[in-house]
Amino acid sequence: MSAMAHGVAPGSQTGARTTASQRSSKTPYLLLLPGMLWLGVFFAIPMVFLASTSLQTGSLEQGYALTWHVQTYVDALQAYWPQFTRSIGYAASATVLGVLIGYPLAYAIAFKAGRFKNILLVLVIAPFFTSFLIRTLAWQTILTNNGPVVKFFQATHLIDVMQSLGLTSNDQLMASKFAVICGLTYNFLPFMTLPLYASLERVDQRLLEAAGDLYSSPFTAFRKITLPLSMPGLVAGTLLTFIPACGDYINSKLLGSTNTTMIGQVIDGQFLRVLDYPTAAALSFVLMITIVVLVAVYVRRAGTEELV
Amino acid sequence: MTEHPLMIQQKDRSDRPDDSGPATADSDLRLVGLTKSFGSFTAVDDLDLTIPQGSFFALLGPSGCGKTTTLRMVAGLERPTAGQVLIGQQDITLTKPYQRPVNTVFQSYALFPHLSVVENVEFGLRRRGRKNTRTSAMEALELVQLPQLANRRPGQLSGGQQQRIALARAIVNRPSVLLLDEPLGALDLKLRRQMQIELKRIQLEVGLTFVHVTHDQEEAMTMADTIAVMNAGVIEQLGDPAELYERPRTTFVANFLGQSNLLPGTVTGSDGDHVVVDVRGRSMRVLRSRCASQDGAVWFGVRPEKLRIVSEAAAVASGNELSGTVTDASFTGVSTQYLVRLPWDQEITVVQQNDGTAPLRPGQEVTVQWAPEHGFALDADQDAHAGEDLEDEPVPAGAAS
Repeated sequence: MSAMAHGVAPGSQTGARTTASQRSSKTPYLLLLPGMLWLGVFFAIPMVFLASTSLQTGSLEQGYALTWHVQTYVDALQAYWPQFTRSIGYAASATVLGVLIGYPLAYAIAFKAGRFKNILLVLVIAPFFTSFLIRTLAWQTILTNNGPVVKFFQATHLIDVMQSLGLTSNDQLMASKFAVICGLTYNFLPFMTLPLYASLERVDQRLLEAAGDLYSSPFTAFRKITLPLSMPGLVAGTLLTFIPACGDYINSKLLGSTNTTMIGQVIDGQFLRVLDYPTAAALSFVLMITIVVLVAVYVRRAGTEELV
Repeated sequence: MTEHPLMIQQKDRSDRPDDSGPATADSDLRLVGLTKSFGSFTAVDDLDLTIPQGSFFALLGPSGCGKTTTLRMVAGLERPTAGQVLIGQQDITLTKPYQRPVNTVFQSYALFPHLSVVENVEFGLRRRGRKNTRTSAMEALELVQLPQLANRRPGQLSGGQQQRIALARAIVNRPSVLLLDEPLGALDLKLRRQMQIELKRIQLEVGLTFVHVTHDQEEAMTMADTIAVMNAGVIEQLGDPAELYERPRTTFVANFLGQSNLLPGTVTGSDGDHVVVDVRGRSMRVLRSRCASQDGAVWFGVRPEKLRIVSEAAAVASGNELSGTVTDASFTGVSTQYLVRLPWDQEITVVQQNDGTAPLRPGQEVTVQWAPEHGFALDADQDAHAGEDLEDEPVPAGAAS
């Protein structure tokens, strides 16, 4: 192109320049294309199918037809309301526990770990080297009846405290609310810790010196400077924990009982065992909309639009 | 200039009923035997210093001379290895930074990015539970002439504006001592000159004690009432800017503040108020009060702009003169800087105002003259090149963020 610009008449030079600017204005769209195609084929189109399925009636033998049968939603919600609220409750508990464990952990790695920083970060990610299923099965072993953990809880009578709180039953830890929330917290902890670490690590330590200079005790400096500046990480971490935890069905299946069934398990069962596709699709939709609404309210409340 | 709400006038202070003690010492900053070692390296070595209340004091020195460490010990960000920091009679050596009546303008400004400008300025007042913090903060913003930026975020401001906000955030607390850590280091030259004048105005207006750390000798001389020149953890010389410039006591000060020509000489006698120094066979006279050393071997010094250059033919014999050959002439606008080679192969620098006299060319034989009250004599034990070429050192990394 440069040869052209040198050699030929001014008119064609302008032409060359126009092509170049047109090409550069198309570049962003070209870069977006693969992602958009992926979303279209694997998200948007299936969503349309799912929406359509949720409004169909019929049976597996006779086939389904779109009849705009909204009653499916009402029936599904009436039948599975407890599993719904339970899922959100468990996910919220796991998120809160995740913050309580993940924040100090991320803080320690970011500010206090010194040369062990990278080793600790690897340790946070290490569980991902085994599969989600195996990790959850490991918790079965940890909490198993007659195992050391149960024995400790029994010996210290903590098991009685938990039983009276309704977290466990039958003098065991397995097959309980406690076990499911433990599993959820454990499995999603890295998703909480890593964004928190990333935003804490960026907090300029000189700001804390300045806060100290301006009459803040270390605790006040944390509350007024470090905490607000780590909000983007906190918001990202809670979302990355809460959203998948809401729809999770492995933890409640492997660590829980029939009294701890979560909505993910119900959807799984409706799709793959009961083969009631409209109900399964309707439940999926309700779950998705509930999460979107909760997250929208949360992000707005957190007021971190400009920081995220 | 209108009277500012933050202003403390000298007479008001002495009229205060509780002001019963000696007028000068009620909140002077005193450093007593202050020492800080990092391992085997002594950053600050047994420093004794009294900074009077209400003065603009500069700690001047090259990077690594211990000036910032001294400042951080006053702020409480560094714990001294030995010695004391006192404000008036109160020993604050071991108190935490947030317990000290001291505020700092940091080199990096360290403004809180998640708070608005006015919230930044209010920060210290709110931590101490003061009332009407918003009003005080706005007054401080008016003092630095940026009240219109109150609701912006620091990230939206230019470097110079951030610098003023950092100043307002510190001043609003009315500290006993305000520390400025290379506050202008990250600004460009023109803005720096402007802020120097501004800082001096604000200091006069609020009447607080300013302790200013800098490596820029011009900045220190422009603003400070008193300068302490620091080198290798100790104070080389303390005095007002003119005193330091006109009568340096060490070769480090002679070279670090401006430029000096130092010639090897020997004291041979005295003549009334003058000391007679032999420089390579020529007798020079210098005022006794300008001699840091009055016997034996000395460095005989004279500033380049104090030298008068006359061509060989036009020379009128006087006491203090040397002859040599011009080896270089560089025109700098208001003045021309010449290098003159002396018979013993030493080159001296001469700065001549461009006042219309014909310029000299390299190779020309000249005579250089100066008045006896312009020379000075220093102890010959010191390195004649100490402190040279240090003033233009780059600001340490991280300062510009």
